[in-house]
Amino acid sequence: MSFITGVGLTPYGKHEGSSSLDLMSKAAQAALDDAGLKRSDIDGVLCGYSTVSPHIMLATVFAEHFGIRPSYAHAVQVGGATGLAMTMLAHHLVEAGVARNVLVVAGENRLTGQSRDASIQALAQVGHPDYEVPLGPTIPAYYGLVASRYMHEYGVTEEDLAEFAVLMRAHACTHPGAQFRDPITVADVMASKPVAMPLKLLDCCPVSDGGAAFVISRERTGEAGVRIRGCAQAHTHQHVTAAPGLSELGAEISIARAREATGLAISDVRYAAIYDSFTITLAMLLEDLGLAGRGEAAARVRSGHFGRAGAMPLNTHGGLLSYGHCGVGGAMAHLVEAHLQMTERAANRQVRDASIALLHGDGGVLSSHVSMFLERVR
Amino acid sequence: MSERLADWTKGEGAITYQTCTSCGHVQYFHRAFCAACGASGPSEHRASGKGRVYATSLVCRAATPETRAHVPYNILLVDCAEGFRMMAHGENDLAIGDEVDAGFKPFAGKLVPFFTRSR
Repeated sequence: MSFITGVGLTPYGKHEGSSSLDLMSKAAQAALDDAGLKRSDIDGVLCGYSTVSPHIMLATVFAEHFGIRPSYAHAVQVGGATGLAMTMLAHHLVEAGVARNVLVVAGENRLTGQSRDASIQALAQVGHPDYEVPLGPTIPAYYGLVASRYMHEYGVTEEDLAEFAVLMRAHACTHPGAQFRDPITVADVMASKPVAMPLKLLDCCPVSDGGAAFVISRERTGEAGVRIRGCAQAHTHQHVTAAPGLSELGAEISIARAREATGLAISDVRYAAIYDSFTITLAMLLEDLGLAGRGEAAARVRSGHFGRAGAMPLNTHGGLLSYGHCGVGGAMAHLVEAHLQMTERAANRQVRDASIALLHGDGGVLSSHVSMFLERVR
Repeated sequence: MSERLADWTKGEGAITYQTCTSCGHVQYFHRAFCAACGASGPSEHRASGKGRVYATSLVCRAATPETRAHVPYNILLVDCAEGFRMMAHGENDLAIGDEVDAGFKPFAGKLVPFFTRSR
């Protein structure tokens, strides 16, 4: 058994003058404080990567800087799925008795530490170096390709996709740490600058500075416990050129494995924390995971289903689309928010019941998937 | 193993693919083995350049000065007649399902495949 005993999250946006290590340290300290643990209690460290400050041994760079000497430490790289992949590994390390308290941490000054072009260019390198990158694609273009096909097969429109941006912004408006807090409308999304059609600027997550961290422990440290019920992964390809058909993508495989591992069904889920790098990502994942029927996710947004007061509150902090995206930390904010909801600490964003949460992360171009169920225990 | 044929990734105006001599698997990314069964020495072929558009994305925001000079440019995934999928450029008004033929155009200092609607 493993518990998420503490979470830490910085505001996302501009942290002028902060390095990746500064942001990691800030989030890590917040997670330790939340768990009620000291540095010396941490015997495992898992960290993500920083595109601004790449290093072949970031976990030990961080451990030395932060002042801990763990018995287990390394970095993990699975793109946007890294945060949940680290959490899954921490869960298994704790269950196997390898470590008692694993610190999972990521942070990056991706917005102020480099130019936006440098950031876009660095990320585009997930493409194939010979067969894709020479064509000048960007991450939005990879997802734009997927979006065009998804819209074609399931009759989804650009206005449908815009609904997800509007929803994430509405949620971000209630979180003081969110990068974007001005309400937007479907018309605003439709009128925003074209980036890689059918995706426009407001269909895309921003580039942010920020940090996030959790502590995964063998024993609970607080009164309200959040237990990792079970998790699973699926990896079907790296490059979009080599992706399987839309009906065979990894999200459906990983959620089926996670359901099997936990004995839980989608109907048990009360809160959803789903990766949303682009509006199309969120629309597809909701439908792949079974949180909406094919082509029906947008209608569920319009009906309030995924709102704070709806039947399936979703990313109540605003997601990558509006809370922000600082790399690995980006999707870790989803878990921090789920934890706050499950422990009834989400203040004005608190939902009625977050007793069971489903988290899902995606890395690459729907290449790597991690599905995870969390359960509140008293 | 048959000799590697030059293709657009090597500056030649051609698209190539491989077929496995053991299981028949068709692959676009060049390897010394079949990614489906592991057999070594897949045979190399030059593709006809005929295909059908699987997906499109018109890129309007590029990330480098070299590519920015070309915006907007249409990135495609094309299902080629020989049974493999590839990424390429194409006419800006191409739509999913269109039958297309490959040509080649310079782009950001390299030669890239550029598809036009079949006539």
